[in-house]
Amino acid sequence: MPKRTDIQSVLIIGSGPIVIGQACEFDYSGTQACRVLRKEGYRVILVNSNPATIMTDPEFADATYIEPITAEFLEKIIERERPDVILPTMGGQTALNTAVTLAENGVLKKYGVELIGANLGAIKMAEDRELFRKAMDRAGLQSARGGFVNSIDEALKIAETIGFPIIIRPSFTLGGTGGGTAFNMEEFHSKVTHGLNCSPIHQVLIEESVIGWKEYELEVMRDTKDNVVIICSIENFDPMGVHTGDSITVAPAQTLTDKEYQQLRDASIRVIREIGVETGGSNIQFGVNPKDGRVLVIEMNPRVSRSSALASKATGFPIAKIAAMLAVGYTLDEIPNDITKLTPASFEPAIDYCVVKIPRWDFEKFKGVDDTLGVQMKSVGEAMSIGRTFKEALQKALRSLEQGRSGLGADGKDIIDVKKLSDAEKDEWKRKIMERIQIPRPNNIFYIRYGLQLGLTIEQLFQITGIDPWFLFNIRQIVEMEDKLKSEQFEKVSPELLRKAKEYGFSDHQLAEIWKTKEPSVRARRKKMNIIPVYKTVDTCAAEFAASTPYHYSTYERENESVKSGNKKIIILGGGPNRIGQGIEFDYCCVHGVMALREEGYEVIMVNCNPETVSTDYDTTDKLYFEPLTLEDVLNICDHEEPYGVIVSFGGQTPLKSAKALEENGIRILGTSPEGIDLAEDRERFGELLRKFNIVHPEYGTAYTVDNAVLVAEKIGYPVLVRPSYVLGGRAMEVCYSADSLRSYMKKAVDVSPDHPVLIDCFLEDAFEYDVDCVCDGKDVMIGGVMQHIEEAGIHSGDSACVIPPYMISGKTLDEIMEITVKLAKALEVVGLMNVQFATKDNIVYVLEVNPRASRTVPFVSKATGVPLAKIAAKVMAGKTIEELGCKDFDFRKLKHISVKEAVFPFSKFPRTPVFLGPEMRSTGEVMGISDNFGASVAKSQIAANNSLPLSGTVFLSVNNNDKNEVSLNIARDLQALGFSLTATSGTADFLNSHSIRCEKVFKVNEGRPNSVDLIKNGKIQFVINTPLGAVSRYDEYSIGWAALENKVAFVTTLSAAATAIKAIQKIKEGGVSVKSIQEYLKQD
Amino acid sequence: MIAKLMLENGTVFTGESFGSEKESTGEVVFNTSMTGYQEILTDPSYNGQIVTMTYPLIGNYGVNTDDIESIRPQAAGFIVKEYSSFPSNFRSNENLGSWLKKHDITGIQGIDTRMLTKMIRSIGAMRGLISTEDLDDKSLLEKVRKVPQMTGLDLASRVTTDKPYAWNKTDTTPFSLPVLKTKEKKWNVAVYDYGVKYNILRRLTSYGCNLTVLPAHIPAEDLLKMNPDGVFLSNGPGDPAAVTYAIENIKKLICKKPIFGICLGHQLLALALGGKTYKLKFGHRGGNHPVKNLRTGRVEITSQNHGFAVDPDSLDSSAIEITHINLNDQTNEGFRHKSLPLFSVQYHPEASPGPHDSDYLFAQFMQMLAKK
Repeated sequence: MPKRTDIQSVLIIGSGPIVIGQACEFDYSGTQACRVLRKEGYRVILVNSNPATIMTDPEFADATYIEPITAEFLEKIIERERPDVILPTMGGQTALNTAVTLAENGVLKKYGVELIGANLGAIKMAEDRELFRKAMDRAGLQSARGGFVNSIDEALKIAETIGFPIIIRPSFTLGGTGGGTAFNMEEFHSKVTHGLNCSPIHQVLIEESVIGWKEYELEVMRDTKDNVVIICSIENFDPMGVHTGDSITVAPAQTLTDKEYQQLRDASIRVIREIGVETGGSNIQFGVNPKDGRVLVIEMNPRVSRSSALASKATGFPIAKIAAMLAVGYTLDEIPNDITKLTPASFEPAIDYCVVKIPRWDFEKFKGVDDTLGVQMKSVGEAMSIGRTFKEALQKALRSLEQGRSGLGADGKDIIDVKKLSDAEKDEWKRKIMERIQIPRPNNIFYIRYGLQLGLTIEQLFQITGIDPWFLFNIRQIVEMEDKLKSEQFEKVSPELLRKAKEYGFSDHQLAEIWKTKEPSVRARRKKMNIIPVYKTVDTCAAEFAASTPYHYSTYERENESVKSGNKKIIILGGGPNRIGQGIEFDYCCVHGVMALREEGYEVIMVNCNPETVSTDYDTTDKLYFEPLTLEDVLNICDHEEPYGVIVSFGGQTPLKSAKALEENGIRILGTSPEGIDLAEDRERFGELLRKFNIVHPEYGTAYTVDNAVLVAEKIGYPVLVRPSYVLGGRAMEVCYSADSLRSYMKKAVDVSPDHPVLIDCFLEDAFEYDVDCVCDGKDVMIGGVMQHIEEAGIHSGDSACVIPPYMISGKTLDEIMEITVKLAKALEVVGLMNVQFATKDNIVYVLEVNPRASRTVPFVSKATGVPLAKIAAKVMAGKTIEELGCKDFDFRKLKHISVKEAVFPFSKFPRTPVFLGPEMRSTGEVMGISDNFGASVAKSQIAANNSLPLSGTVFLSVNNNDKNEVSLNIARDLQALGFSLTATSGTADFLNSHSIRCEKVFKVNEGRPNSVDLIKNGKIQFVINTPLGAVSRYDEYSIGWAALENKVAFVTTLSAAATAIKAIQKIKEGGVSVKSIQEYLKQD
Repeated sequence: MIAKLMLENGTVFTGESFGSEKESTGEVVFNTSMTGYQEILTDPSYNGQIVTMTYPLIGNYGVNTDDIESIRPQAAGFIVKEYSSFPSNFRSNENLGSWLKKHDITGIQGIDTRMLTKMIRSIGAMRGLISTEDLDDKSLLEKVRKVPQMTGLDLASRVTTDKPYAWNKTDTTPFSLPVLKTKEKKWNVAVYDYGVKYNILRRLTSYGCNLTVLPAHIPAEDLLKMNPDGVFLSNGPGDPAAVTYAIENIKKLICKKPIFGICLGHQLLALALGGKTYKLKFGHRGGNHPVKNLRTGRVEITSQNHGFAVDPDSLDSSAIEITHINLNDQTNEGFRHKSLPLFSVQYHPEASPGPHDSDYLFAQFMQMLAKK
């Protein structure tokens, strides 16, 4: 059946901000869907609140709504746009849940809108575990025993029938939030209670545990003619019990016979038919008992997912794109396979390599959190690698993670050297390791290696971990190879052995450690022996047909398939796995760089290892190398491609780190020189530069020892901001209020980065902060925008809400900020992007930080202004001038609309971690609110960030002495005028009452009961305004913060944020929050 | 131990032996299935062929006693990227290497199988030789050029059964497909064994057939004396046009008995109906080939293993209806007679290895028997 002609317009719902469990894979899928549906001639209407996405670029849809993804806002958009259909399967759980609400509250019926891709019945059957279980029974498939409960009593009844361990899964939560495994009654009690609280419908599933079973996933597609194909099978390295997003996963399945595989395939087909997903892709998870092959269906996602993004990258089959085409009526046999062009999409990809994905966690940012892995996803990103063997792919994936490891150990980072241990120590370590790997945790794989080195057998390790012996055997082979390599001398090693080591995935750095030499020596010797990687092609068909798509990976084999063209080539290095502080924003910049340079006629080559991204879509670039971003891997590609230049400043800190070394290896770095980058990073040199230009900066110093640090801090004066040098995302950054806290910090920080000193800055408490993103071509500077932070200085810029254009700034200060920006860009000889952070206090403008590279705010500024900064920067790096690009006269101050960015935090995934914002970045994503006035933009940003602003009720106030001023009085008066009643701790209450503002008194947390926390927990408070100053009150605030978070009560920590929130509440009450597309906003400017 | 693979175009690959240490020759073909190496190795249709798996990691789940398609491995040799000597599967009872050694089959690992596959794809299937004994390239090349070409070879007579036997086994593993018996009565079906895969026999039995498996040379007259309800023409190796005796026998069965053919059986039926067959450049071998059923419009993902194909233009279109085509290259995958009870398919509805999408063809055969 050809595509539907009865529909003209399609509304696509995005997934909103990046959160744990829902990351940029949905930008990848949504972008594909937008692209293909427009190409098919449909009018595409897109809704997504996340400005950092490629999909929300104005050219990807006919009407792009950067609006909150809630039923209320969707209705406004539907009313305005009158789409024929909604495609809800591209935006993760967020889009599906919103679509369900729209169907159930009658909006779809009212406006005559149809759901395509998955209908309401199918979504509900797949999402509602009770309906799902019944469906599986009908399909003759087994699912785990258990049942749904709405109370602890019901839960206990079911628990009696199944026995421990028991899995607890709350209904309708993201990434399994609030779920867990209980091994005893006590745990069961607390976990069920927590789960019930997390579930929006107060329901949890109590289920038989299949911990230790093998876990598989199949990616399935179905069309309107009921043709069903399996795109990819995925086998989890970690057995059942660990969320698949937190598991190391491998594609294709490795340890299933054909008989077993076909059984899963048949079951998948039955599942998709029974659930009734008419078109598109689904992900189906199975548990398989390793003892007898018994199969259980675990769950099904009736939409594209993180796994389908992985499967797309792993096979070359663009699941989201094809799913979108199927949704508008095409059948699989009518769609050509993108890669072969000549064969149809109605086939099952055959792959001839092994793919390994490893998650990345950022637990170190969340003090005191439980880092064990279970049914609730905790990872923030992932790296994927491709090799011809599992061993090669595993080691490549480990070095792709960029967590300081160069492979599976032997890289100078091992915590033990087994050869140097005494027998007693060996026994001690054996015991420790057996204990450690019982519980799944990040990095357990390194402990498995130690275990093998210490003589634990595959059987023992399998008994402890449940990891399939085949994987353990492959790890043992790597360990054995390491031993063999260690028995050789570097000078005498044979080409055969060195080649074998490379085939096993050993990096030059590991080999250098093994042979006690330097990485460049290994590289030189290897090249002399002509042991260089070849590049194979990902082609969906295992070479059965000729492929025209240049999607490559490296391996050490015979034939090289990557044809080097004679074109002028530019390589863009991507950002690697997502982490807090380096996420989708950098992928956005990379993709823009690719698009811009292709427009300029260059052949653009992308290197990246993050499967969630748009940059690793082979449709995006001229050539894609799915490779780790280490120096070795990048140099290998440069050796082969001989590019004109490499761009390192779009992918965040990852590629930037290699800039110097690449240049030393004769590679041309496009844009700001590594020297310029270094100048900005080096505090001393940068300080000199600032002094030369009479630019003010907060007092600072550098310390190499603990005592030294205390002296420096005393000279500057407390509070001070301390951090190790060379960091991104404020990693390990802290504000210290005393010598004691500084000393305890230093003890940790020196561990973080032993080669680098610790930087100590004066902390400007209560200052305003601004961010500027600009492009410089060496001569002219184009300021993309000046953003004002809503939170005070000292809170990481990535965690602050900010506004463009600034909402509270004098013309003089703004001019000064812009002048300094221009001066700095020229002084650093910036070519490309630069970000500057400023603070103002008492009318003095301070420069806090300069980064001559793409910043996290580039996409936000671009969306707010309509000026594609990253594209302009890329063209400038390739030699164009700002004048030639016609950007010289741009002035963001002329914008008629106001855009607000708000950060989104993962605190609800990490119970009891401090929720107070600080200099260390902890947000995972961002949203944007845009409108013609400040209040409405703030309101939208808060709604989009899922911060519910109250429209009535009681406000709890606790302001510090500095804040007991006219500003807080006005806030209190405004709140009263809006109909809120006030309650406050004694100091604040006295202050308000003395100014004739009526206010109830309530105990502080440590004063007595009922206190403020009790009131929050009892639902008596709808809004918390709590401004602490100084170390002690900050720590007090944690309990209030957690109570607010757990009870979903709005919570602000600065007067400016409070005043902002009030403006938003006023707008909402006035009913002045309407929707408009980005295209319309940009037209009016 | 070092082993070498020599191709007739002079390309030599050096690897490591993991099977029998000797010399073996055959036509080198590739299979794109990611699972099912044990079924592939025991499929008699691979007789005379050296098989390379495009999937690089082989041996992972070992070998077991159930997943066999004939009494022994049939391929002449096995080429892989990386062999795993450590099987992990609850049904495994030995590793692949020792099993190959036991059955005296060569195996070579450490080969750039993707390069080899691309070479076969662009040049066509080639004769090849695996040796652990002779590592001299010149001598190997001389030997490989003396290996007979596949075209013109009757290999069916090499793999067929010596004498007739009855078959009544179904799939008893936990993985058997549901059986959809159409009626209580059991059909007597005669199977011409040109190299039949066990799973065809298992599936026919599951659908309610009493099978008598006959040697390929048994004259049609003898078969008709048994008065079966229907005749099944099996898969098998080699060039169909060279199996002249079979074509003649089938001619005598047309009009007399309902006939169902698979793979070589499909080609022989076409030849018996006056059609022609030809050699494909590199054949279809794998478990992911899309076949369109022209009668329903549905796409089936199929298991395939053939180096020759039926030329659909050579068939009398007034009598024969093309029922299935391959969506990758539009080659013929099945036909039926418009008035007589006979149909056949080029691919493998019995799967093993491969997807089960086409199992309905066995049911279709049962319906045909019922109508007769």
